[in-house]
Amino acid sequence: MDGSIQTFEKPVGIAILAMGGQGGGVLADWIVALAEAEGWFAQSTSVPGVAQRTGATIYYVEIMRPQPGRQPILSLMPVPGDVDVVIAAEMMEAGRAIQRGLVTPDKTTLIASSHRSLAVLEKAKPGDGRADAGTVAATATQVARRFLAADMQAMAERSGSVISAALFGALAGSAALPFGRDAFEATIRAAGVGVEGSLRAFAAGFASVSAAPEAKPAQAPAPAIISGGSEAERAELVRAVQRIEQDFPAPSRDMLRHGVRRLVDFQDAAYAHEYLDRVAGLLKLDSAGHGFALTAEAAKQIAVAMSYDDVIRVADLKTRSSRTARVRAEVAAKPDQLVGTTEFFHPRLEEICATLPVAWGLALERSDMWSGLVRKLFERGRRIQTGTLRGFLTLYAISALKPRRRTLLRHQREQAHLAAWLALVAQHAATDGRLGVELLKCRRLVKGYSDTHARGQSKFARVTGAVALLAGREDAAAWIRRLRDAALADEDGTMLEGALATVASLSLPEPVGTTS
Amino acid sequence: MAERSFAREVQDLKLTAGQEFRGEGILAVTKALLQSGVGYVAGYQGAPISHLMDVLSDAQDIMADLGVHFEASASEASAASTLAASVMYPIRGAVTWKSTAGTNVASDALSNLASGGVMGGAVIVIGEDYGEGSSIMQERTHAFAMKSQMWLLDPRPNLPSIVRAVEDAFELSEASNTPVMLELRIRACHVHGSFIAKDNVKPKFTLAQALESPRRDTGRIVLPPASFIHEQEKIKQRWPAAVKFIRERGMNETFAGEHDDIGIILQGGMYNGVMRALQLFGLADIWGQSKIPLHVLNVTYPLIDEDLADFCRGKRAVLMVEEGQPDYLEQALHAILRKADVPTRLCGKDVLPMGGEYTALVLVDGLRKFLDRHAPALLRDARTPPDPGPVLRSDAVKALLPVVPPRPPSFCTGCPERPIFSAMKLVQQELGEHHVAADIGCHLFSINAPFNIGATTMGYGLGASSAAAMQVKAGKRPISVMGDGGFWHNGLASGVSNAVFNKHDGVILLVDNHYSAATGGQDIPSSRAANVSRSTNHPIEAAVRGVGATWVKRIDNTYSVAKMRDTLREALTTKDGGPKIVIAASECMLNRQRRERPQFNAAVKRGERRVKPRFGVDEDICTGDHACIRLSGCPSLSVKDSCDPLKEDPVAAIDNTCVGCGNCGEVAEAAVLCPSFYRADIVHNPSRFERFVDGIRNRIIGTLQRRRDASRLALA
Repeated sequence: MDGSIQTFEKPVGIAILAMGGQGGGVLADWIVALAEAEGWFAQSTSVPGVAQRTGATIYYVEIMRPQPGRQPILSLMPVPGDVDVVIAAEMMEAGRAIQRGLVTPDKTTLIASSHRSLAVLEKAKPGDGRADAGTVAATATQVARRFLAADMQAMAERSGSVISAALFGALAGSAALPFGRDAFEATIRAAGVGVEGSLRAFAAGFASVSAAPEAKPAQAPAPAIISGGSEAERAELVRAVQRIEQDFPAPSRDMLRHGVRRLVDFQDAAYAHEYLDRVAGLLKLDSAGHGFALTAEAAKQIAVAMSYDDVIRVADLKTRSSRTARVRAEVAAKPDQLVGTTEFFHPRLEEICATLPVAWGLALERSDMWSGLVRKLFERGRRIQTGTLRGFLTLYAISALKPRRRTLLRHQREQAHLAAWLALVAQHAATDGRLGVELLKCRRLVKGYSDTHARGQSKFARVTGAVALLAGREDAAAWIRRLRDAALADEDGTMLEGALATVASLSLPEPVGTTS
Repeated sequence: MAERSFAREVQDLKLTAGQEFRGEGILAVTKALLQSGVGYVAGYQGAPISHLMDVLSDAQDIMADLGVHFEASASEASAASTLAASVMYPIRGAVTWKSTAGTNVASDALSNLASGGVMGGAVIVIGEDYGEGSSIMQERTHAFAMKSQMWLLDPRPNLPSIVRAVEDAFELSEASNTPVMLELRIRACHVHGSFIAKDNVKPKFTLAQALESPRRDTGRIVLPPASFIHEQEKIKQRWPAAVKFIRERGMNETFAGEHDDIGIILQGGMYNGVMRALQLFGLADIWGQSKIPLHVLNVTYPLIDEDLADFCRGKRAVLMVEEGQPDYLEQALHAILRKADVPTRLCGKDVLPMGGEYTALVLVDGLRKFLDRHAPALLRDARTPPDPGPVLRSDAVKALLPVVPPRPPSFCTGCPERPIFSAMKLVQQELGEHHVAADIGCHLFSINAPFNIGATTMGYGLGASSAAAMQVKAGKRPISVMGDGGFWHNGLASGVSNAVFNKHDGVILLVDNHYSAATGGQDIPSSRAANVSRSTNHPIEAAVRGVGATWVKRIDNTYSVAKMRDTLREALTTKDGGPKIVIAASECMLNRQRRERPQFNAAVKRGERRVKPRFGVDEDICTGDHACIRLSGCPSLSVKDSCDPLKEDPVAAIDNTCVGCGNCGEVAEAAVLCPSFYRADIVHNPSRFERFVDGIRNRIIGTLQRRRDASRLALA
């Protein structure tokens, strides 16, 4: 017999990690009410503070089967390594629970909602700054006694309820607490707020952890269907699709079909052929040895570059019938409700010039007097109500410029930019295939509108410009990739400046006579 | 009206003798006050005691029935001064605030109160905002108790102990003519538990009686020679009286244990943590039986020298568990043992950390070190507490380090303060970075991503005065931020009036969200809502003009980012002298939603026409550059995978928590970002005429769309 007191029974510890507004407090209250209704002793506490404002909060509950005339002494905080159930209302919060030591293999049932609510730092990156939920899931599988995850947020939304109800269902379904499903449901009924929705979400949460997930049937690729346009146009498009099959290697065909689809939508079938011509130009420099990586990448990036975001395209996308339907679905409008939409535009002199025929656009740009006047007259925020005839027709008229797009200043500039870039790619791809691929990928830097677009173009120019210093090096492709990642890491290009300085130092002659 | 309604909890205040009260620790305190025959309650809201203020505010009719006066004080200084009613009259009073922030503000009044002493019980309920979840500097209230000689209670964190402490506090205060502070840590304030209630008691002596037969005694006023006499009274009368009461009442508790050659002395608030640590070693059971004797200080000031010496006498060593620094109790205990000639070894901050919250793991670790030094046999036989170390050191957990992002608190969805800082960011893009003096309040979230604005914060309402030295001639003006909460707390005098008087040249941005929002949405003088028990609707603009400010611009719709930006630009560049005051006024969205949503839903149910705005992003127009997010940071504006394989980066998306505040559209327009945002106005119960017009529009638009759909060449 060791010197320790037998504790007879230990309390069950339940930690809840939730963000402000997710109802972590409600969930804790439900667990307390459930335990008390079942005759157990329950203690809960939390440290909300400012974390209520969108930050993360931990709620902690301990429940204990009582003994007559005795009150248990329970902990006011979870003890790392000694928590029975951890409920995380979001995937990264599950990760945080693990990092705090609340999840251990001998004890803890970890119930997590697999959805992501992105932190500001993840969302604000110009590129893709999202944290990898897969890593958290992999770790959770290793360190939890049981790891139960499902998208509780989606279940709650489908049930017209909140995530706390789905998580409560999952807790019931996990059978981690010694209470039956009826007792859980009675707790929700007793609380008396949004009972029906909560019970639906509860049932979904319950099922998600007690039933095996259904396997998703694999989707077969849809056959190409061509619609709209004149017979001649359709024939031209059929030829484009045939070209993909006949002239291009298999690894690039999927992306080429996406490209053709995008460009025929952007302009016309002839434009899709122009696109295929350009990709074909790079295919000549590519080989099966490289898995046709250059061609596949060209298929993607050239399509993006050729379908630049001009006023015509925006007006076209905003006036489509499919868009009207999508907005109604997105805002969950019921059939008896009307939906009016307002668009936020801020046309500038640049966009106006770009939408004029080349000669006019250039003339307007050069004339201080006329540009000043246009600025004064047109440059301001404009809200266009696409639901009204006036608003709709304005955008509809702009989108009707599509057939003349090739004659406009913007198109000329985009073409020149494209040609210079592809020439640079071709120049380097001939000797270094990987470098060619990386230079193609740099197109990802050009995005956004107005100032954001200008900044993107400047980053693109700086990154691709660095190739002059790097060409011929074994690691040139890797360097371009690093520069591109740096450019995507922040808005004002601080990281990129640093990386470029490093590149500049690479090409300096090795210092002589130093031993470092 | 506070953010949270306590209509249900208020009913618990009516419980009578023998009934069970279940709820949060801080709510138990309110019930205990009423059971103690309190005559008046005042305070200033702030976590973790906001709920106490909110409950009392919602319970005004119950208070009125009992004849209890309740004030939502303008500041902690006002609250502390309220206790003056207990100086000359046998009336019990209680005040509350968060500490040490609030105790700092209240100190002037507390020093005076403690000097002259009290006749009626005067209790200060302190929310000790220390450790995880705290929003303020990490300090201890203990120092205030020592310097002003007020008693400090630190009860065990369970409801019966807390309630008993409140009741004892009044009696102790009266027995020793000294104000008593009752300290509750964050977790204790929010702990859910139960206790058996007693009947509420009406105050024996009322405030009306005091007013109708006033008393005075210059001996109680802090002015020489009385102030010198007060100090002697403190030492010779009040202290011994307190010690006597505390011993007789048994306020501190000693729990016997079989290994009585060692012992643990702890603050009452540490009890559950220490017991859990002992349980994990197998040295205590869950029902409170410990194998090591415990001496629990439910009163941490004054210390009862004799009791402590008695507890230690005959023991090889004791462990002092005292959270926070400096180690006042440990130092005092050393002196007590030395004077009593008790040779017991005293451990404390040598085995426990000097600063920081004493979490379960910290206590387990400290206890292990203590036992290792002074009772190694006991440690050898003890159970091994759980250790998350191996898991935390595993590669799987280490892999999370670069993955899991920090999640700092930020502005809520639809917060009217977000566009203010979006505008400030735009102005700084034009005019360069400025020195920005921040303040306490929700607006302080500007220091985090995506705004990264704000250099210092000196205290509540002290934004403007913390830029006082920066008012010299320079190429750029300083900007100071102040919320309406801080403004009425003290900022009108300490900041605005000070700036006018000293002819400051900088910009003062007053954020008026109609509430003391960060503390839970309590009303303040400039609140717009009608409040039956308070006088509201006193505009900030009138107040600042009243103290002599002349350059004052008010923006009643902060969501107008362009206007906000232009006004700030003007304030930063105008040639006018004196402080440039910009009042940015829009209602806190959390409170607005709470107010409007039920009204909206009820109206829709009645069949009335209502319009609900919501924002969305056209994902085929969004290019995934996320410039909008860097100027907004709204929780409902996020990113998602694009369905388009040609888009590599995720596109912006607005989820269904959007409240339609309009900030994203405004920002997109003001910053000339992109045309992807749209506002959808959903018309509930549209009129027949509206339906008719809509029908015609849709027919025409639909025809045009169908024509274009048919002619559009497409590959699916």
